Amino acid sequence: MTLNQLTLQEALAGLKAGSLDISDLYRDLNDAIEKQKSYNIYLQLNPQAEAEAKQLQDRQLKGLPIAVKDNFCSKKLATTAASKVLENFIPQYESTVTERLQKAGGVIIGKSNLDAWAHGSSTETSDFGPSLNPRNPDYLPGGSSGGSAAAVAADLCLAAIGSETAGSIRQPAAWCGTVGLKPSYGRVSRFGVVAMASSTDSPGVLSKTVEDACLVLNTIAGPDARDATCNQEPAPDFTKFLDQDIRGLKIGLIYHDVQGVEEANEKLAQELAILSQLGAKIEKAQALDPHNAIGVYTVVQRAEVSSNLARYDGIRYGQDRSYFGDEAKRRIMLGTYTLSKGYADQYYNLAQKVRTQYLNDFTQLFKKYDVLVSPTSPGFAKKIGASANSAMFGELEDMLLEASSVSGLPGINVPYYRDPQTNLFFGANFVAPMWREDLVIKVADAFEKNSKWNTWRNR
Amino acid sequence: MSENNYQLVCGLEIHAELKTASKMFCACKNDPFNAEKPNIHTCPVCLGMPGGLPLANRKAIDWTIKIGLALNCQINLFSKFDRKNYFYPDLPKGYQISQYDIPFCHDGYLDTSQGRVKIQRIHLEEDTAKLIHQKDHTLIDFNRSGVPLVEIVSDIDIKNAQQAKEYAQKIRQILRYLDVADCDMERGGMRLEANISLKKSSDPTDFIPNYKVECKNINSFRFMELAINYEMERQAQLLEKSETPTQETRGFNPQSGKTFSQRAKEEAQDYRYFPDPDLPPIEFSPADIERIKNELVELPDHYALRLSQEYQLDLNLSTRLVSSSAEAHFFENILILAKKENIEAEKIINALLNKKIDYQLSDDPQLLIKRYQQLNSVEDMSLETIANFVTEVLKENLDAVAKYRAGKSEVLAFLIGQSMKKIAKKVDVNQVKKILLAQLNS
Repeated sequence: MTLNQLTLQEALAGLKAGSLDISDLYRDLNDAIEKQKSYNIYLQLNPQAEAEAKQLQDRQLKGLPIAVKDNFCSKKLATTAASKVLENFIPQYESTVTERLQKAGGVIIGKSNLDAWAHGSSTETSDFGPSLNPRNPDYLPGGSSGGSAAAVAADLCLAAIGSETAGSIRQPAAWCGTVGLKPSYGRVSRFGVVAMASSTDSPGVLSKTVEDACLVLNTIAGPDARDATCNQEPAPDFTKFLDQDIRGLKIGLIYHDVQGVEEANEKLAQELAILSQLGAKIEKAQALDPHNAIGVYTVVQRAEVSSNLARYDGIRYGQDRSYFGDEAKRRIMLGTYTLSKGYADQYYNLAQKVRTQYLNDFTQLFKKYDVLVSPTSPGFAKKIGASANSAMFGELEDMLLEASSVSGLPGINVPYYRDPQTNLFFGANFVAPMWREDLVIKVADAFEKNSKWNTWRNR
Repeated sequence: MSENNYQLVCGLEIHAELKTASKMFCACKNDPFNAEKPNIHTCPVCLGMPGGLPLANRKAIDWTIKIGLALNCQINLFSKFDRKNYFYPDLPKGYQISQYDIPFCHDGYLDTSQGRVKIQRIHLEEDTAKLIHQKDHTLIDFNRSGVPLVEIVSDIDIKNAQQAKEYAQKIRQILRYLDVADCDMERGGMRLEANISLKKSSDPTDFIPNYKVECKNINSFRFMELAINYEMERQAQLLEKSETPTQETRGFNPQSGKTFSQRAKEEAQDYRYFPDPDLPPIEFSPADIERIKNELVELPDHYALRLSQEYQLDLNLSTRLVSSSAEAHFFENILILAKKENIEAEKIINALLNKKIDYQLSDDPQLLIKRYQQLNSVEDMSLETIANFVTEVLKENLDAVAKYRAGKSEVLAFLIGQSMKKIAKKVDVNQVKKILLAQLNS
């Protein structure tokens, strides 16, 4: 085993005890990054990483290497959102997330690949080429935080920052067999994050374990005066919710009868026995048909995208609009259409009404259940090339996440099955009411520690 | 003249920059006119950079509501900001944060001497950057980008150019009274836009013509008046020939005194408004509105009426006293003191307005009252009478006169004292001295 394979928590403990030398860790990490170059996980590496790490030994995260999705603005490193439109753009300001992360002693090891502008669930729409899934390089890592998920899965960092609009943290986490924690909308500031769909964009964490996710979330969550949609309540210490008794917890199993999700649902039902054995009560629950959420999400997100991308008008940033890829162009056109006079009522306004229906549905469900669970993705990771010619690829792959995303709810992905043939994973998505990250952490941590599917806990 | 057969149908849209300390959606300094250099009051938010997020300036919102209350508007307790999407080089985000269907204020009015002008809505938005056109390129100054801008939209109640001017001037006066905007017209701190069309004088009152000409970016009240008059004539001539004037945007050329076509508006531009997801909706309680209402200063119309009633002044005269808040306070202080001294209000006001007493608004009113009293006493006594008293005093004090003429100028004070005693009335001592010197030196 090499030192880059340690979990964040293990590395922190090693550094604290003096049994681990930060230089040794960076040596192993740099070797691994060098070896996995063909996976195209990082768009840019931080050449100062190790030097910075040595200066941060007295901080919370002790200079440990964190991958950051390349849609978070960082002063020292170019921020491209994986689009050629922003190629070589070096912001003169730091996103709140990277600022807090570094203040807490985290080091940005590199800027990880994503679908261009975070549009997609494959990382194939990146203008700088797709990333490969480290679990099996014939397959996609998912997306849009595919680079961050792959970086975690391949041990090219100790944890990673991602962002999710509807599935962009949890789906690649599921496909790469890692943990992916999407906090409540507004729990983590969006300041300095290249906007995709502003009403659902949620920065979050991809990590090796639930505990690691909590350690990182602790450093980035909380009020930010620079984001008007950020929750002004102080964030709790998320590690408090680890190792909790889950006896009596009511868990609703949703989307158990959705077509095309049979295998994932069958395996999930088996694995959830772990939670029953720990004393949780699991019941099948009926949620609104997730298919309609695809439409809601697509319309709202495209509308916001068409407006958010208007600033790349060719006057600034060097490259004009012909540098937009096909996916961005499609989204701009569809979004423009859905907001147009005469169509807004049919599309955008209607979508917002249906969105409210989903919110109400969750409110009802959470009267009966503490937590809801379903597979994160309908199936395993898809093969490289699968997203081509499929304009709705991401929306279909994220079908089981969209309703909760447009509702702003917190959710977490934990691996619950590995296919021995392909080495690909299924992930479970636990969802809780707004601001109740505690519940998803509690149940995901218990599941992870009592199942055999976390590759770091079961080396 | 053909336009006598027609009636003006006109509404105004007035934009005014608020003078808050910081910009509308970021902490940058709001001072575009006095910035030492272009592009220094900027940040990722007002430059529209990736990841920049707007934060609403609470003071600008309060001030907008204050303006609404001053203009007799209803206030929406629930309101929001919307994105108005369009491309222009002065708009770095590709959209302007404005308000669409729920403006902060609606359904108010402003009374003019020619009748009431209803106000449709008042909303708050951000100003754009400033384009500076050079010979072969254009420069962009973002110091103005994101400056809070209120838009006050009137109904089509304006009947002639004179009324349009009065309405706009009154709006400026009120904004200045509220101390929320400087309304510097020349530098673009206040901008006028007139929507102008004509209907036949015989058309019913609620008839709305099927076309509208917008005269934009007019930066003086006089030019607006000229532009409206010019348009009335131009449109009347077209209508006489049974032509419908083109629906378009026109500018005004102050040199020629004419309007000119800028952009034909065949279809209304589609701004694809939607609620800005970066800004949570804004809610007020009736108590919030009450608090803002309590902060309202007395406005010019009310001020003039009250002064006229309290001091028995003609309303036309008292209206002249309140053109600015500073003047109104100055004159009211004068009136209060005058009343105590039993000075007739109209007399002292006229003495001031007719410059019989020189004054500045910074002068101590008490001193001005004294000067008035002195001036007034002298007026009561003719110069001739004073001269007669002085002659008598000189006759009675021949040695003092001799001493003075021998060069002992200090006896002058004695002679003045004696003269004042003889006159036995409060007269202007300077006048007395002047006459005394004249007689001594003759």
